[in-house]
Amino acid sequence: MIKNIKLCSALVMVSLLVSFAAIAQEDVPVPAPKQSERLCLKGGTVHIGNGQVIENAYVQFENGKVTAVMPAGTFKTDETMGRIIDVSGKQVYPGLIAPNTVLGLTEIEAVRATNDMYETGSVNPDVRAIISYNTDSRVTPTVRSNGILYAQIVPQGGRVSGTSSVVQLDAWNWEDAAVKADEGLFISWPNMYHMKGWWAEPDGYELNKDYDKNVQELKDLFNDAKSYAYAPHEKTNLRFESMKKLFTDRANLYIRVDYVKEILQAITFGEEMGVNVVIMGGADSYMIADVLAAKKIPVILGKTHELPTYSDEDIQQPYKTAAILQKAGVLYAISENGFWQQRNLMFEAGTAASYGMTKEQALSAITLNPARILKLDDKIGTIEAGKAASFIISDGDLLDMRTSNISLAFIDGRQIDLDNKQKELYKKFSAKYFGK
Amino acid sequence: MTRSLRALAALAALLSLSVVRVYGQESVFRANGPDDFREGVHAFINATLYKDYKTKIDSGILLIREGKVVDAGRGVSIPVGAIVHDMKGRFIYPSFVDIYTDYGLPATPKVHTANEDDGGIQYTSNVKGAYGWNQAIRSEYEAQKNFAVNESAANDLRKLGFGAVLTHRKDGVARGTGAVVTLNNEKENKVVVKGNASAHYSFSKGTSTQEYPSSLMGTIALLRQSYLDAQWYKAYGYKTEYNLSMEAWNNEQNLPQIFDAGNWLKELRADKIAKEFGVQYILKGDGTEYRRISELKDTKAKFIIPLSFPKAYDVEDPYKALWVELAEMKHWELAPTNAAALSHAGIDFAITSADLEKKEDFLKNLRTAIKYGLSEENALKAVTLSPAQFLNVQDQIGSLDKGKLANFIVTSKPLFDEKAVINENWIQGKRYEIAKFDPKDIRGEYSLAIKSAKESYNYPSLKVQGEQAAPKGLITQDTNKIEVKLTIKDNDLTISFDPDKNKPGKFLLTGVLQSDKSWKGKAQLPDGEWADWTAAFVHALPDTTHPPKADTVDLTKLSKVLYPFDGYGNEEVPKAENVLIKNATVWTNEKEGVLKNADVVIRSGKISAVGSGLACADCKVIDAAGKHVTSGIIDEHNHIAISEGVNEGAESASSEVRIGDVVTSEDLNMYRQLSGGVTAAQLLHGSANPIGGQSALVKFRWGYAPEKLKIQGADGFIKFALGENVKQTNWGEKFTIRYPQTRMGVEQTYVNYFTKAREYEKALQARKPVRRDLQLEALVEIMNKKRFITCHSYVQSEINMLMHVADSFGFKVNTFTHILEGYKVADKMKAHGANASTFSDWWAYKYEVIDAIPYNANILNRIGINTAINSDDAEMARRLNQEAAKTVKYGGTSEEDAWKMVTLNPAKMLHLDSHMGSLKVGKDADVVIWSDNPLSIYAQVEKTYVDGICFYDKEADAQKREYIKRERARLTQKMLDDKKAGSPTQDPAKKTNKAYSCGGNNE
Repeated sequence: MIKNIKLCSALVMVSLLVSFAAIAQEDVPVPAPKQSERLCLKGGTVHIGNGQVIENAYVQFENGKVTAVMPAGTFKTDETMGRIIDVSGKQVYPGLIAPNTVLGLTEIEAVRATNDMYETGSVNPDVRAIISYNTDSRVTPTVRSNGILYAQIVPQGGRVSGTSSVVQLDAWNWEDAAVKADEGLFISWPNMYHMKGWWAEPDGYELNKDYDKNVQELKDLFNDAKSYAYAPHEKTNLRFESMKKLFTDRANLYIRVDYVKEILQAITFGEEMGVNVVIMGGADSYMIADVLAAKKIPVILGKTHELPTYSDEDIQQPYKTAAILQKAGVLYAISENGFWQQRNLMFEAGTAASYGMTKEQALSAITLNPARILKLDDKIGTIEAGKAASFIISDGDLLDMRTSNISLAFIDGRQIDLDNKQKELYKKFSAKYFGK
Repeated sequence: MTRSLRALAALAALLSLSVVRVYGQESVFRANGPDDFREGVHAFINATLYKDYKTKIDSGILLIREGKVVDAGRGVSIPVGAIVHDMKGRFIYPSFVDIYTDYGLPATPKVHTANEDDGGIQYTSNVKGAYGWNQAIRSEYEAQKNFAVNESAANDLRKLGFGAVLTHRKDGVARGTGAVVTLNNEKENKVVVKGNASAHYSFSKGTSTQEYPSSLMGTIALLRQSYLDAQWYKAYGYKTEYNLSMEAWNNEQNLPQIFDAGNWLKELRADKIAKEFGVQYILKGDGTEYRRISELKDTKAKFIIPLSFPKAYDVEDPYKALWVELAEMKHWELAPTNAAALSHAGIDFAITSADLEKKEDFLKNLRTAIKYGLSEENALKAVTLSPAQFLNVQDQIGSLDKGKLANFIVTSKPLFDEKAVINENWIQGKRYEIAKFDPKDIRGEYSLAIKSAKESYNYPSLKVQGEQAAPKGLITQDTNKIEVKLTIKDNDLTISFDPDKNKPGKFLLTGVLQSDKSWKGKAQLPDGEWADWTAAFVHALPDTTHPPKADTVDLTKLSKVLYPFDGYGNEEVPKAENVLIKNATVWTNEKEGVLKNADVVIRSGKISAVGSGLACADCKVIDAAGKHVTSGIIDEHNHIAISEGVNEGAESASSEVRIGDVVTSEDLNMYRQLSGGVTAAQLLHGSANPIGGQSALVKFRWGYAPEKLKIQGADGFIKFALGENVKQTNWGEKFTIRYPQTRMGVEQTYVNYFTKAREYEKALQARKPVRRDLQLEALVEIMNKKRFITCHSYVQSEINMLMHVADSFGFKVNTFTHILEGYKVADKMKAHGANASTFSDWWAYKYEVIDAIPYNANILNRIGINTAINSDDAEMARRLNQEAAKTVKYGGTSEEDAWKMVTLNPAKMLHLDSHMGSLKVGKDADVVIWSDNPLSIYAQVEKTYVDGICFYDKEADAQKREYIKRERARLTQKMLDDKKAGSPTQDPAKKTNKAYSCGGNNE
């Protein structure tokens, strides 16, 4: 009897979900079809992504790839150019790349059923973010319409969270979305300090007495995985299978770490293990920018819009950190938190631009630099011949909310629909009140 | 007085004493065997006698009998038969009094009876009996009824010099009464000096397992309500119920009221409660008083302070040292100055041994306090007479005046000398030995002669030198030097030495002191023969011991106190300036709009002119060409600068609590937000319950005390909340019991409370005997339009509901905050007359925000609702200009309208627009100078003025960073020196970054 009731309610749930999903479909625009004709953007100010700016330029693209980027006057103005899209007076940027996000892995943060990024257990190198990636998330179009065209989606939680992938944000399914599947592994470096109390009533921190043990466990894991990668073995270990890429293909090992002492230890760990380390977070990275530059360790910085870690720190330190890495010659990217928040990625870069670097450098920090860190710079990250025709057209300065309005966007030459659920609701209620 | 008269007086004194004795000795206790009553007549002569903290008598005499002081002074006659103690070279002081102990009281076990089904939350008191409703109010507890002598604890305190203490149970918000007891190991009947000596309070609910109060502001509300309940009980309530807690509360009101407050902020908060109810607390602090002496002096309170000085941080690893704030480093340096700071300000205080990590540091720390500027006289007063006076027992303890208890200590050197030792502590005439007196001083040169039946040995030079307590001997014989071991105890001396290096065998001597300073005794020689020996005193020797190096502190080189006590604080609180800002783009927020190339004059804290080509003779001139000038940003929804809890969420209503009670001036986020152009904010209660707490409207006057942050004359506001937070949707699976759990229940909660409030008001108006209820009074204020609601809200149904409830009780909802679905009911909100304060673009963090859109503010604004953009986030608050700019991006709001959403519009919804929110002549000079269009992401704040006072200046900020660097370096080196000198250290520990939001899921 009880079983039956449960079954009944389960059926109701399923049918609810089905009908819910049916409505939800309407909120997500249809993915754009393949580029079918040669196109050419004309007259825009093109920000290449590598620091270079070309005024009044032509960007020609075909079959999803950029074929030419030229200043006006150096380009033939005949029918061989393809269909002209006039973007005079507008700004053209490469599609933005959002590293380290759970976009598509969750829909509503507080609703457990929608969360698909925390696997149980603490060592899960084998779980793959791409499997959870929901191309029909209603959040994604709100991010995309602000110019973010690529995302690195990342499993969360535990010591070894799992394997990340890079996706493009206009797709029918995850296979379709994948730009670089299973490209890296995310781990969280052990904390030297433990928080006491709980989130609502924090009670300070204490030294983590198990810190050395936690680090040793990580070393043991990686040593075992490395041995597995090279030594013959009879039994298959899924975890180690997934870690092979770190050693044999030099895939990225992203280490979430902020405290300077921990960063230094994470770097040494990477050297000992012979893996490519990328520092993720890196709040204190500015203190050791010279070390990071010398050792060529890339950094994906956490949000710019953060409070300082230390009370005595420069009150604007997080705004200034990127510029310090820039000056020191560190390869770094700027990132945003969470999922829906990714639509503010360019403003994280904008603030950094205000505190010690040029706008073009800040732009690189969300285009070319993440592409280089993700080892995709041969494909995306700049507007250059041979690369993907993925760019965005803004009415004005992309990095400043006063003027940042995306009117057009292309992924692989496909002109994508910039509509989203929020715009629909805006239209619906504007019509109710204002009749349009 | 002639000699005979004096003798007569002494006789009379003795007679009267003997009468007292007979009375005093009459006891209800029966002896098992013959009575063993002893008079205990002792005379202490030749002492340096401190009769009280300021009266020093050289060669004084202290005469005691039957545990009391008969007389103390120079010409005291010693009765025949008195036991005479020669105290030559010694010092006598009144024993100390510790006013803050729980000596001899049993510990209270914590008994949690919460029902698991209630999510482990215990909503009502689990104390059985006719007690009060809240378990933390324990005024019925009497220390005197629970006190039992505890010899081991007494011994620990006696060793520190204490002779009597006030003991109370340190448990609960109201803790009942304390008793004054001596530390004598006698029957309690003799030991208790005063049974009900004091009443005690605190901000800690201790072992109470009842959920309420769950915050500091809740505790303050509980105390205030308890005063009102007690008044009502006295007048009427006793007729309707018997309440032991309230009976006791009322009975205790005439005793000294002691409040364990904690840091200086909490001391001011406690005093505020006291003043409201016509009480004067004695405030027990934590040693941070030096940070705000003048405000504390204004309380006119007496203080109890501990001597807990922090250990130096181990800062050898500069990366670990990052976790130590400059403020903590400064506290390490300045904590020992606290007592001196109180003393110099003329504040009356007692010093307690409470809070010390190691009790045995008490005297050492007291001496340290003296080194850091406290006078010896005031130090002694703070541990003797002051605590006695605070407790009205100065007729019995605290000094050695006639008739008082014979509680005194005997020391080897002046008490505050580094090397002084407390040898004896006499309590009620009973001697407790703490440390042996030094043995007799036998230092000098002797002539030693040993003579056996067979041989004789002569050593004309035996020099005895070194420390008095452990002298060393040296025989010089021609060129030979022989080391001699000496042990002295009372009149016994043992000596041993090796007379001949080349021959094995020692001479062993034992002897007794003779009246002529010589020694005589028997010796045993290496061959077993006995011999006689004498050591004749030849002459004294010069003292070869090194006096201790004078260890003084250069007080002028210590840290300066900063206001607030933070690296980014100021040594002097900044003052208002007259300023002419020229050639700027001026955003007036008035009908003039944005003026190009315009000037603003700030004078006496107000805006005195706005226009072109202005002049001002006595103004500092700032050329702001290329820059923008605006009024300060006002954050309608902010939770910074709040101490110890932003929610009092135990129950569904908490309208009695007030954020204003817990505002702190020390939150660095205030300064950080000034750097983002924010000058004022509404500090709100959280959203854990439908009826939250009362707001505080503050200006960010960085460095001013909490009360001075508040905007004088501002209307009262209160937080309400709807939806998932108050339904406890995201609190965890156990939280399904507290009402309400649905939006339906939320409505009924409001109807219920407003109905009760209406009935309450009617009863008051009818002059019925009504118990004043702080919770309902706040609701009555809302209905009478004297208090205004800011309601946390998301979905359209609940927004609609609250407007209906408000209409039915005849008031308006002032502001819907968050209001992410406001765009769906904008027309209804407009009709109701509500304001809206929203996020620019937050959504998707919980189910109730899935329809949130970044165009919300745009629609609300277009429809004519006064709309603001708020932060609810310590980080975002300093970028509210950027958040306002997003309304330009989403929906194309005009830049002027966007800017008003963080300035004039919030001023309007907080009823502050008559003097804030725009650049208009006569308004407060809350002014910001920006490097660029304030809506641009590239705009940086160059200066922020509040009331014409510059609280943030980009250049001064750079200087502050330099200052922090220098001071940290200086203190780091000083701590390392301290560590090298062998002082214990503590590890730097990572701090909690306390940043409150509404509670749950980042909002």
